Formats: sequence, C-alpha cells, structure tokens
Amino acid sequence: MADATRFVFRGARVIDPSVGRDDISDVLVEDGRIAGLGSALDEGGAEIFDCSGLVLTPGLVDLHTHLREPGREDKETIETGSRAAALGGFTAVAAMANTDPVADNAAVVREVQALADRAGLCEVFPVGAITRGLAGEELAELGEMVEAGVRLFSDDGNCVPNARVLRNALRYATAFEEVVIAEHCEEPSLVEGGQMHEGYHSYSLGLVGRPREAEEVALARDLAIARMTGGRLHVCHVSSAGSIDLIRRAKQEGLRVSAEVTPHHLVFTDEDLVTYDTNLKVHPPLRTPEDRDALRVAVADRTIDVIATDHAPHAVEEKEAEFDQSPPGTIGLETGLAAVLTHLVEPGIVSLPRAIEALSSAPARILGATEQGGPLEPGAAANLVVFDPNVSWTVEPPFASKSRNSAFLGRTLTGKVVHTCFRGELVVADAKAQR
Amino acid sequence: MNAHLLSMHDLSPDDVSRVLDTAESFREVGTRVIKKVPALRGRTVVNLFYENSTRTRISFELAAKRLSADVINFTTSGSSVSKGESLKDTALTLQAMGADAVVIRHSSSGAPYQLTKWLKGSVLNAGDGTHEHPTQALLDLYTMREKLGRLEGLRVAIVGDVLHSRVARSLSFGLVKMGADVTLVGPPTLVPPDAPAWGVQVSSDIDAVLPKLDVCYMLRVQRERQRQQFFPSVREYARLFGLTRARVGTLPEGCVIMHPGPMNRGVEIDSDVADLPQAVIEEQVTNGIAVRMSLLYLLLGAGGEERTDG
Repeated sequence: MADATRFVFRGARVIDPSVGRDDISDVLVEDGRIAGLGSALDEGGAEIFDCSGLVLTPGLVDLHTHLREPGREDKETIETGSRAAALGGFTAVAAMANTDPVADNAAVVREVQALADRAGLCEVFPVGAITRGLAGEELAELGEMVEAGVRLFSDDGNCVPNARVLRNALRYATAFEEVVIAEHCEEPSLVEGGQMHEGYHSYSLGLVGRPREAEEVALARDLAIARMTGGRLHVCHVSSAGSIDLIRRAKQEGLRVSAEVTPHHLVFTDEDLVTYDTNLKVHPPLRTPEDRDALRVAVADRTIDVIATDHAPHAVEEKEAEFDQSPPGTIGLETGLAAVLTHLVEPGIVSLPRAIEALSSAPARILGATEQGGPLEPGAAANLVVFDPNVSWTVEPPFASKSRNSAFLGRTLTGKVVHTCFRGELVVADAKAQR
Repeated sequence: MNAHLLSMHDLSPDDVSRVLDTAESFREVGTRVIKKVPALRGRTVVNLFYENSTRTRISFELAAKRLSADVINFTTSGSSVSKGESLKDTALTLQAMGADAVVIRHSSSGAPYQLTKWLKGSVLNAGDGTHEHPTQALLDLYTMREKLGRLEGLRVAIVGDVLHSRVARSLSFGLVKMGADVTLVGPPTLVPPDAPAWGVQVSSDIDAVLPKLDVCYMLRVQRERQRQQFFPSVREYARLFGLTRARVGTLPEGCVIMHPGPMNRGVEIDSDVADLPQAVIEEQVTNGIAVRMSLLYLLLGAGGEERTDG
C-alpha cells in the first residue's frame, strides 16, 4: 500500500446498522481511525479505493470461533485463524475456551490475548470456561478472568450438565457488569453417541440420532434458571424450530437472553447427509428444512440476534475417518458472509442491513466490544469491511485457515470480501491477505 | 446397475430381478462335483472385514472362488482409528494392489460410501454399522421368491430390533421396492418412529400379525439392548416378541420362517421352532453363495461385454 495510514474508500454503499445508516458515502481513514464520512471529504494525499458497486460496513464480529491455540496448532493457530477471519471480513472474533490447556483461568486468557496481539490481524476476545476443565463440576475463577477482560463464558461443546452448577454460574456472574453465560444446549443423556439429527434420515442411514428435543429440554431448563437468577444467558448455535419458540417467549417475558445461529444451520439440512459427508457433521446437528426455514425467519425478526460461524477447524485425517469416528464441526470464517448473502439476503428473507447487524453490531454489543460493530463516525476505530455483493465464487482450497473441513466445499456462493480494514490497516486488500 | 452396491436404494426393481435371475443360474454350479466357473478368472476380490463375521466372509469367499477370482481376505478388528491405519490408507493400499472389487464389513454406518472416494473398483457393502446389509436382503428375497413363487403382494413381518438392524433396513427397502407388504414388529423402543415413511406398517402386537403372514422374519436381539434399557429383560422380550412353539401354531399354512443368523435360541426364536421344516434358515445360507456370485459377476462387468466363456 502506498500510504498505509491514510486512504479513502470512495463511493461505497455504507451500511451501519448501529445507527440505521444506509447511503452512498466516502469513508476517509487516517492513523487507524475514521477521519471523515460523507462526500466532498478532504482527501489530500490519501490513497483512493474506488468502491462503487461495493458495500462498506463495520467489520464483522464472530461470536463463536475455535482458534485451537494453545493445544491443537496443527488444526489452527491464532495467527492463521485471525487471517481466515480477516479474509472473511471479520475484525473481531470470540475465541472459544476448549483449548488445551482449557481457557479456565486468567493465565491462558492472557496468553491468547498476547498471541492475538502479535498476529494483529483482528481483535480476539478470549471466551472463558464456565467450569474448570470444561468438566461441568466446579466453577472456574470467573472473576479473575473478568479482570483479564473476559466478557463471555462458555463450556461450548458441553452443555453444563448439572442444573445447580449452571444456576450458580448465572447467579455469580451477576456480580460483574454485562457478563454473559453462553450455553451449548443439548441434554447429554439424549444425545449420547448421537451423530446427526434424529429423524427419517438418521433412521434410514443407521446413525444414532440427536433429537431436537435434547436441545429444547436443555434450553427450557436454562431459560428457567436465567429467570431464577437474573443472569444473562446467550444461547449458542440454535438449531430447532421449537427452540425459537422458547426464545421468543423468553424475550417477550423480558428475560436477559440472546441467541445465535450458524450459517451452516441456515443453509443445510439433515437430508444433505445421505452421502455421509463428514464435513456436514456438526453439533448441534443440521435439522429438517422446516427447522432451517424457521431459523431464517428468526434471524429476520430478531428472535435470533446473531449469526456466528462456529468456525471449527479439524485435521484432514480426522475428517476422512468413518462418520461416527469423525469430530463434529466445519470451518466457517471465510464463507460466513457469503453464505448469508447467498441464502438469506439474495432470496429476500433477510435485509442486507439486518444481516450486517446480525454479523457485526449485535455480536459486538454482546461482547462489549466498543471498537467494533459501529457506529461509523469520525474518531471511531477504523474496523471496516468492504465487499462485493454480486461476485460469485466456488468454495475450494486453499483456505487461509490451516484446515479445510468446510461444509461449503464445492458450492458456489455470491458475495466476496474485497478489503478488510483492522484498526486502520488494510489487512485484506483486493481480496488478498496482506500479511 | 451401479458400479457399487452400497444400499438397496442403488437397485431398481429390474436390477433386483436381474440379480435374482442370475443367482438362479449360478446356484446349479454349487451342485456340481467341480463347483467352479471361470467367469472372473484373473480378477481380484478383496474381503475387507473390520468386524468379525465368519459366515458372511466365507460366503463371499466361496462365491468369488467359484467364479475363479483371486480372493484376498483382509480381516481386522475394531475401527481403523483405533488400529492406527486409516480407512483411506487401507483403501489406497488395496487400490495399489489392483483390487477389482472390495467387499467391506464395517462397524461404522457409511464406511462403504467413504471407501468409494478412494477406490476405482467396485465396493460391495457386506454390512455397515446399523445402516444396511444389502447382500443379506437379496439372498432373503431370493429365498422368498424360491419358496413362495413371487415377491409382489407377499405379506412379510420383520420382528425384533429393527432400530439397530442393518438386515431389517435393507430387507424392508428391498421388499417395498418389489411390492411386498411389510410389517415391522417389535417393542416401540426398537422400531424407528419414522419407519412408516419407508412404506411399511408398524406393530407392537406380534399375535395380531402372525395369522396373516407369508413370511415371518425374526431378527437377532442382542442382550446388550437390555443393559441400554430398550426393554426391561430378555425374559420379558422372549415372552412378548419371541417366536414360540405356540405362536408358530397361529401362522397360516405354508408360512415360511426366516432368520439371518446367528440365532439366539430361546430369545427371539424357540430352539425347536428353528428346527421346524418351515424354517428355511440353512437354505438362506446356501442361497447366499449364489446371490453373491451373481452380484460379483454383474458388478464386475462380466455380465455385459467380455464374457470369457461358460
């Protein structure tokens, strides 16, 4: 870049859901911050990027990412995951706690933060474990992690099995302002050995099922405990239509609850598993077309607040194993935005501003990420993404992620990130990572 | 026909008839003094068995040998993951050795599908997890057609642990495909709730079903299912769903009793019932060789172009 510290994005459609902005504007970036927004800016000396036909929004924020470091650097590192995030338009990610060692104490949290700072490709918010070792038995030292900057706690992958432990976690967390307890809702005894959604296809394919009722039972319990404790509950990767009804009612009642859904649950269904494609094995499982359609509507009407990728890198040899031996998860950082644009925005189910809200402002609010998700205004940190909503591309390796277990492999998506600007630096320019 | 046989869904009704007709012509081979034809001379068939199943492996081995194919048995226990070498690496090894067909038995549902990604030869599913066992279904269809003269309109009950049975799946799909009238019978915990979508009926009252049958097909029930709380006790299972001597008396004249083996005598079937003349369990075994000869012959392309001789 000619001048990495001063440049202007000219003529983009600027969408900022945090203030309801949607117009054609120029955005001037200088010294890491937005220096001007509008037209006829003083651009003297700034490098100019023609953005006509492109969309500019606050950088995307992923509330659910597995960066695997420390512990499984063969699958992903904080650096490679951050680069994948940048290529996908994300300027911030929440890094899940199921690392080795588990992020259940401030030392691991600080290590993740230090590695993220060194990579410097996006902001990384370490998620703390709710319980020590993710074992579901003893509370982790939440307060110490809050002091280290953690806002979101989750035993992701494990539903806290003991209702009393969850009760105490939600209650204890009310001591700290705006701390959120995030739950993977699946009642363990109903999903033991489960490989896919339980229904016609699981019975026909001879795979042990994970019924939707497992999610709904756990969610109903968690909502009751949220009511009893006054704690803030975030529901990870909602997958069933019944869960949406529960969340909708809880919100109407005024409970402090938020929810997320993944792009793959918004696109695929259990029927797609008929060839035993392990890249489509995820927890909670892909469900029926009726569930998927209900999820889409719930994003549009804000029953579901956030779209989060649940980026879950796995080694090739692990995903090439037998279906029941293969670990669950798909990578998602590099395809999330395009999947949403292709399958929700393009068919008119969700408006583009609402999609950006679900991918940026809403998760930024839950994370308390003050530099993320807008508002775009002079003086704000320049965390931005510019994308082309019309270009089509086929998902195939190589990925910036160290892994390639993408549910979208071989599929065509519409919409591609052109520039990602993190704290005023173009970490992605012309769809290429700059370092 | 497809290059592989992974599921009964891979076969059209015409394909099924062709497999059974071809088996008919091969069955005569088994009655000769020299039980061998040169149809697959020079071709290599690998039996890749990740699960111990002596009877199925021997059946395939005999079938391939009677067609003069070279046969390699590759038997290993447990999953490839615990064994150390991946399914993929094993497949690539067999590919490099020039396997024309791989017969796979595996404890994981879907393993034969994954094998097709790495092998150029034909893959035959010899039972995968709780998914399918299509060659068993075909030999059962053959036996029913032989005994009763037709498949269309036959009234068949499949009794037992349908949920975990690959035999029940393949046989249900095959029978429905051929126009038979299928009822799945078992404790509701062991019959998939969505089974009616397969085109079958479901019942938990064996006594209501038995008097209206042409075929009563009993499934093996593993004692492990009691530990998993699918039913309270083996004793109660035998009492409610076992084919007892008294129940055999309610079967119509000419009704055939079948079982895929190995039997749990005294659990799903009384010992002396298994030995009745209308129980055709050994004939199923005999027919299995001819049906597997037919499948190997048809899948390896010998049925079409270059038939060496007869």
